[in-house]
Amino acid sequence: MSAATTITPLATYRNDTPYPFCPGCGHHLILDHLNRALTKMQLDPRRVVLVSDIGCSGLSDQYFAVSAFHGLHGRSITYATGIKLARPDLKVIVIMGDGGTGIGGAHLLNAARRNIGITVLVFNNFNFGMTGGQHSTTTPSGAITSTTPGGNLERPLDVCATVGVNGAGYVWRGTSFDKDLADRIAEAVDAECFALLDIWELCSAYYMPSNRATKRTLATTLKELGLEGGLLYRAGHPEFAAAYRAATTSVRGAPRPSPRPVTPRFASPLERTFRIVIAGSAGGKVRSAARLIGEAALLSGLWATERDDYPITVKTGHSLAELVLGPRPIEYTAITRPDAVILLSADGAAKAAGRLAAMRPEDRVFALPEVADAKTSATVRVIDPADAPVRLTSSRLALYCAAAAMKELGVVTVEALLAAAEMTKGEHAAENAETIRAAIG
Amino acid sequence: VREFVDGSTAIVRGALDAGCSFFAGYPITPASPILMQMMRELPKVDGIAVQGEDEIASIGMCIGATLAGARAMTATSGPGISLYSENIGLAIIGEVPLVIVDVQRLGPATGGATTVGQGDVQFVRWGTAGGYPIIALAPSSVAECYSLTRHAFDLAERFRCPVFLLTDKELNMTTTTVEVEDYEAPPVRARDVLAAGGPPYRYLPAAGVPPIAQYGGEGIVRFTGSTHDERAIITKSPAKVAQMNEHLRAKIEDHAAEIELTRPDLQYGASTLFVSYGVTAGAMREAVVRLRSANKAASCLTLNTLWPVPERAIVEAASAVRRVVVAELNHGQYRREIERVVRSAEIVGVHRVDGELIAPEALVEAWA
Repeated sequence: MSAATTITPLATYRNDTPYPFCPGCGHHLILDHLNRALTKMQLDPRRVVLVSDIGCSGLSDQYFAVSAFHGLHGRSITYATGIKLARPDLKVIVIMGDGGTGIGGAHLLNAARRNIGITVLVFNNFNFGMTGGQHSTTTPSGAITSTTPGGNLERPLDVCATVGVNGAGYVWRGTSFDKDLADRIAEAVDAECFALLDIWELCSAYYMPSNRATKRTLATTLKELGLEGGLLYRAGHPEFAAAYRAATTSVRGAPRPSPRPVTPRFASPLERTFRIVIAGSAGGKVRSAARLIGEAALLSGLWATERDDYPITVKTGHSLAELVLGPRPIEYTAITRPDAVILLSADGAAKAAGRLAAMRPEDRVFALPEVADAKTSATVRVIDPADAPVRLTSSRLALYCAAAAMKELGVVTVEALLAAAEMTKGEHAAENAETIRAAIG
Repeated sequence: VREFVDGSTAIVRGALDAGCSFFAGYPITPASPILMQMMRELPKVDGIAVQGEDEIASIGMCIGATLAGARAMTATSGPGISLYSENIGLAIIGEVPLVIVDVQRLGPATGGATTVGQGDVQFVRWGTAGGYPIIALAPSSVAECYSLTRHAFDLAERFRCPVFLLTDKELNMTTTTVEVEDYEAPPVRARDVLAAGGPPYRYLPAAGVPPIAQYGGEGIVRFTGSTHDERAIITKSPAKVAQMNEHLRAKIEDHAAEIELTRPDLQYGASTLFVSYGVTAGAMREAVVRLRSANKAASCLTLNTLWPVPERAIVEAASAVRRVVVAELNHGQYRREIERVVRSAEIVGVHRVDGELIAPEALVEAWA
C-alpha cells in the first residue's frame, strides 16, 4: 500500500450478513462491541486479521469486513502468532470460546509468556454450545451440562490468572453486558502486547436453561468462585515480534551459509574402500577425531563418510564413529567388517563387539592397554599413551590412537592429518597438531 | 572440489537459497540440527525462526506466517508428523504452500530416536483426515538434500500445498563427501500473489492453481479450514463442495507427470530392476555397481518423487525385466505402490526394520 492511499472512515466493520447465532446468545453482544471498538479505532480493515477458533464463536469472522482466518480447534493463537511475527504491522485479534481455551491451553500459556502482540477475546459461556452443551475447562463447579449430569466435579480454570502470572501484557475480565466492553477491546488492541479479555456470556441453547443462568447469576458465580472482574494485569514486558527483530539486528545481512570446499593437496595410496571404526566412550572426542581423519581424506583427494552412533544421553555410554574412505563415491556408510578398529574403552568394545568378531587376521585393531584383550581374530597392536612424549588428557586419546593407526595403515599421510588439524576450529587446532605429532613419534 | 557435510546442513542451505523466510519447529531427534541451524541462520536473511511450544504450534505458526507473506518450512520426525496431522489437512484445504521435512526414525511411537527407519512413507501420504493428495520428495544423497529442498519450495508455490521432504536419520546426520558441482540449483519461482482483492480461491479449471491472497496487501483476505466457496465463505452446498474437493485432487494428480522425479540407471539385458528411495537407494546403487563389475546385468531406479507415485517412470523402467526388487526400511510400504502399477514382473521386497541399514550385499543376493 502506498503512503498516498487515503482511508475512508468506516461507519461499521460489519458486513451485511446477519449473525447466525441463537436468540439470546451472548455472541451478538460481544461482536457488536467488537464492531464498535473497530469503528472507534478506524483501523484499515486490510490491516486487521480476525482469527477465529472452532465452535459457534468460530463463525464470527464471516460477519466482518476485515481479513480473517478460520482454522483448527484450539490452534487459533498459533496462526495469530505466525501472522504477527511475519507482519508485525497488522492488528491480529483472536476470537475463541472456552472450548478453544481448554484444548489450546499450551498455546495460551506460551503466547502469554512470549507476550506476542495479539488480542484474545475469550467468548466464555461455560460450555460447548456447538456440539451439545458439554462441559469445558471454565464450567463452574456443580454446574449441569450434558456431560456433567450430576453437576461438574472439576474446578474451573482461572484463565486470567493463568495468563496474567505468566507475562501477558493486558488482562481483563467482564461480561458481554458491560457497557465499557468496546472501550476495553480497543484499549487491548491498541496495547500491542499479549492481551486477553475473558468475556463471560450466556449460551441460550444449553447453559442458560440447564443452570437457570441469567445476567445476574454471572455476577454471583464470579463471587462464588472468588474471582475478580475488571483490569486484572498490566505488564510491560517486551512484545515478542518486536523483541525478535531488535535482538537479531546485529546479524541481519550476514552472508548465508555456503559450501566449505576442501581442496586436495596431498596424495593417498588408497586404491580400495577402507573401513575404520573408532570405538570409545562419550566425552572422549571420538567424533572430533573421526571428523579430522575424514577431512584429511578429503585433503588427500579421497571420498569419506562419517557415521556416528551414541546413546541419546550424550554424556554417558559409548561413542562410535564409522569412517568409510575410498577413491570413489561412497553410497553405503555402515560397516559390518572393518579393515581397522581404533579401540578406546570398554563401552566402545562392547558396542563394536559384533564388528570385532567379524574381523580376520589381515584386519587391524589399535587398542589402548585396558581394552587390548578384546575378542577378535584381527591383529591387535596396543598403543600405550604412556609412551607419548607429552602428557595426554583423556580427551586427546582418540586422536592420539587414530593418528598412530593412520601412520601404520598409510591410508592418509601425516601431512594430511596435520593440515586437517589446522582446519579445526579455535584453540583446539594447536593441541590437535601436537597430539598428532606425539602419535607419529 | 568436494566438501565434508551432512544432510541437515544441505537442507538448511537449500531452504535459505530458496528464499525461506520463516521456520518454526520443536526439538526432536534426528530433526533438531535443522531447527538449531535455522535459529542461527534465518535472522541473517531477515527471516524469523521460532521454537514452538510443541509441534502443533510450530506448524500452526508456519501456516499463519505463510498467509502473511512468508515462505515457511518446518522439520520434525515421525512422532512430530503425528502431531502435525490435523494442520496438514488445514494446509491442504486452505491451499497453503509449506515445506515439511520429515527426518524419519524407527517407529512406531517414540520408537528409536537415534535409529533409522523409512516407516513414514504411507503416513505422509495418508496422514490427515479426508485423504487428499500431497507431494513428497525423497533425497537419496546429501547433494539431493540441497537440490530437492529447493525444489520442494518451488513445488509448494506451484501447487499451493504442503510438500514433504522425506529424509531419514542417516541422510541428515551422517557426514559424507559431496562434489560441490553436484549441488543442483533448480529454479524456485516467486510467489504468485493475488494483487488486488478478489476471491482468494478458484476451482475452475479444476486443475488450475490461483494466485495467493496474502494478509496486509491491497484487499481483504479470507481463509478457512471449513469447506468453502471461492470467497472462503463456509458452505455445505454439495455442488460447491464437490468442486472444491475435485480441485484439491486434480491440481496435484493431473500434474503428476510434472512432479515426477526419478533417476533411472537401466542396463540392457538386465532381468532385475531394483527400486528404492532415500538412504536405501545408496545401498541399491552400490549393489548395482558390484553386480555389474561381476558381469551381472542389473538396472535400478531411484525415486526422488514418492507422491504422487511416478507411475510412468516405474512402468517404463520395469517394462523389460522379469523381477522388481523394492528395498526399503519398513515392511514393504512402497512395494504396495509398485505392485499396483507393475503387472508385468514379479515383485520382491527387501525390508529391514531393526534400526540398521539394508546392506548392498542383501541386494546383490536378491538379484536374479
